[in-house]
This record gives sequence, C-alpha cells and structure tokens, in this order.
Amino acid sequence: MKDSCAVVGIGQTAYGKGLPDTELSLACQAISAAIDDAGLRPSDVDGIAMFSMEDGREVDVARNVGLGDITYFSEVGFGGGAGCGVVGQAAMAVATGQCTTAVAWRARKRASKTSRPWAQVSDRVAGHQQWSRPFGVLRPVDEIAMLTRRAMHQYGYTRDHLANVALAFRKHANRNPIATMHAKELTREQYMDARWISEPLCLFDNCLETDGALAVVITSADRARDLPQPPAYIHSFAQSIPQQHQVMTNYFCEDPLTGPAWACARLLWERSDFQPADVPVAQLYDAFSPLIPLSLEGYGFCGRGEGGEFTDDGALEWPHGRLPTNTSGGGMSEAYVHGFNLVLEGVRQIRGTSPNQVADAACSLVTSGEGVPTSAVLFRR
Amino acid sequence: MSDDFLLPDLDDETSAPFWHGTARGELLVQSCGACGAWRMPPRPMCPHCQSISVTWVPTSGHATIWSFIVPHAPLLPAYSELAPYNAIVVALDEDPSIRFVGNLVATETGPINEIDPATIAIGEPVRVVFQTVEDVALPRWVRR
Ligand SMILES: [Zn+2]
Repeated sequence: MKDSCAVVGIGQTAYGKGLPDTELSLACQAISAAIDDAGLRPSDVDGIAMFSMEDGREVDVARNVGLGDITYFSEVGFGGGAGCGVVGQAAMAVATGQCTTAVAWRARKRASKTSRPWAQVSDRVAGHQQWSRPFGVLRPVDEIAMLTRRAMHQYGYTRDHLANVALAFRKHANRNPIATMHAKELTREQYMDARWISEPLCLFDNCLETDGALAVVITSADRARDLPQPPAYIHSFAQSIPQQHQVMTNYFCEDPLTGPAWACARLLWERSDFQPADVPVAQLYDAFSPLIPLSLEGYGFCGRGEGGEFTDDGALEWPHGRLPTNTSGGGMSEAYVHGFNLVLEGVRQIRGTSPNQVADAACSLVTSGEGVPTSAVLFRR
Repeated sequence: MSDDFLLPDLDDETSAPFWHGTARGELLVQSCGACGAWRMPPRPMCPHCQSISVTWVPTSGHATIWSFIVPHAPLLPAYSELAPYNAIVVALDEDPSIRFVGNLVATETGPINEIDPATIAIGEPVRVVFQTVEDVALPRWVRR
C-alpha cells in the first residue's frame, strides 16, 4: 500500500459553537469543498469511509453530495480513534481496487447526543461502564485524569510538562487565523491558576468543544499526478486495539500506561521508510494534554516514561522545537472535531500551506485517539 | 440526564454474581473454571485458555491505591452535589493486576468527599467496605 494512494483534496466548514446547520449538512459541505479542492466532480467519488459515530449516514451523504455509484463503504468505531482509520481504510479500498476515489470525513456538533455520551446516560449502567461510573468517574476527563496521576507517580510527569503542551499548541493557534483560540494568548501563570476539571487536570488540559466538519479525498497515486494539488501520499498506516485493552477506563490490564499507540506504532514504523527520528512534524491526538507525552513514548519519539521531559525546552514548538507538534493548534487550541482537523493539518504540512509550516517537511505524522482503539497515518511528499 | 447516582444494572448476567457478592459483604472475582486465572471486570471467556467455565472466589478485600482523581463540577447533579470528591483505582494484594475503581472513605458509612485529597497517596494500603445506595452495595475503601 506504501505511497500507492494520496490525499488530493481537503475541505472544511468554519468552526463555531451552536452552528445552525445539522451535522449531515456540515458533513456534506466539507465533503463538497474537499472534492472541489481536488479538482474532481462528486460523481467521481465511489468510495466512503466514515466514523461510526456520524449522524449523517452513507446513503444520506451520497444522495446529498451527488456522489457516483458507491462500490466501497466502511465505518470505524471508537470516536476519536477513528480519524486516521477512515483515511487508511479509504486508501486500502483504493489500493485494492474496490473503489477509485474515496471520501472520509468527520462532522460534529458539541450539543449532539453522540458527542457527549457521558451527559445523557440513564441511571443504570451495564457493560464496562458499571465498573467506573457508579464511583463518579463520569467524563472522559475523569478517565484520563486517572491515568495521568499514575503517570505522574510512575514516570514523573508534572503539571509543567502538561503546561508545555498547552502553551505550545496555543502559540501555534495564535498564528492560525481559523483557530478558535487565534486571538487568545495563554501564559504559564494562567495555566497554573486555572480551575480544576478533574485533578490533576485543569481547564487548559482539555480540548475545545467545537461544531464543524472536515473532509479529505483519497485517490490513487496515478490519478493524483493529474490533479491540481500536491499529493500527500499515504506512506504508512496502522490501527490498533492492544491486548486486553478497555476503552478509556484502561485500568484493567497488566500495564495501563502502555496504551494503544504502542501496538499502532509497531506496524506503522515497520511499514515505513521513515523512522521516528526522521519525522520533522507531528499532529498528535490531544483531547487531553497528557495524551501527548504518552503518544510521544508510544510512537517512539522518546523512551518509555520520558514523554514528560521530552516536552521541555520548547520541543513541541514551531519553528525551533525538536518536533513541532499540532501546528494548527490541535484539538486544544484550533478546534476539537474528533481529531480530524489534525488529518488536514498533516496534509497541509506536506503541501507547504500550514500556518506554522515546517520547511521542506518530507513526511508528516498524524495520530488518532490514545486511550481508545486507535490509528495513525504517515504522509509523505 | 439522570438526577441520581449511576448504578450497575443488576440484570447484567455476566456481572450479577459480583453485585450479589457485594450485597452479602463479599468482594468476589471471577476465576477461570479450567486454568484458575482471575479476571476483572467479569466476562464470559478466559483470555488465557478460552474456557467459558467460571467460578467466583472471595478475595481478601485488601488492596493498595494505584491512582486517584478529584473530579470537580459540572458533573451529573447527584455527583456535583458531592464534588469535589475522590475516585480511586486500587490493586488487589493477592494479584495486583486485578484492579477496582472505587472511592476512599474515612469510615464504613463515610461520604466520598470527606477525606482531604491532599492526604491521598498512591501505594496506600486500603480495605474494602460496602456502602448501600438504593438496591446496590458499592465497594468502597478505607485506610488500613
Ligand atoms: Zn482459563
């Protein structure tokens, strides 16, 4: 599959809160914009890969956007873990000839039921949530805070490390005109004084809540050469559900701090001509700041337990850091659309159109949700 | 949105024996009927030997704190009223890979927001207690 497909179109709606359009409408607008960007017509699209959490279904999208005869459609579950998954599954379908051109997207409204499952549970819980919800571990932030405290104890992560993450992404957003936090600076003092959400995590350790939609178009490398945009080749792709993993409350396995990133990274790098030391820029899934040091370890940018320290000395900051990360501001400062904005920013780094462009980026890593069954993709020029 | 505490569905076949155990004051774990491996949370098949034979065995109820958090409002209303409170994960003495989520309380009947979070430490030894909420006995933990 290596380099046999590319992202040739990207599109998105504006970000906002309380946008009037439905999720389906937002999805269709983003997909339509991505097809335009690719220089294609909707009828050229014959493949679909989507988040299973999408409100608008395959047939609705196809009928609205005017897609052609669809010969491949698939869904990836687990919310934020699916972003690179749908890109990779679309690419696999193109690479194997099940379709010629595919779209993948995420549309999300913060007020929608599927966006905040924790807020509308009934008062009896079955399945894995019965082992955490009764005790007041209610929200995603509570679930990740539990792992964070353990990482602080076991690895020496500190609030300063988490602040390094929040501040780096905010600086990137301050240079990105479309970022939600474009005009809002953040200081270390503000971070340290912020209200707690779930100790040890404060307000600025959390992603934003955003309405919006983003989409990509994927086709074969052969077709990509005739299209107007510089192709972002899909060099390597992987998904993972690690052994004995449990979604979010991953406390019931031998080693909870070895998260889904580890298994995903093994296949990703095995398939890749680039290794972590060769990667000049990364978009790492950041629903919560501690996922960044955990992902830096899992994807091999540092040793196990060293992710906190890695963030020191501006390592994540464009332009001089060791690994400029979340260069559009990420989920914490650009927009939180289940990590799909990270996919588009990964493509922009290859095109040379990022608001915080890493010079001559030969490849660009994007990862999806850590803490859930996940996925990652490495783009190359 | 619920106004009440979130409680386990006692009709969940796989986990019902656990909650029947807590109602009797016992902290049970599943033990594989074929290879004897313990597992928590309960599930139908042993991942080591693929046996679906299950027995339930009592534990010491002694554990150590593996991690803890202090959630702050906004939360579901019943929890917001108590916030900030603690929630903990404990590792069982007999087999530290067996873990439970719970709360640290000062006494057998104490509330989940009584202990000063600044005094909670990973590694603290704790002992299970059972607190009844509606028709469920929830395992919580006191220092020992
Ligand atoms: Zn067994």
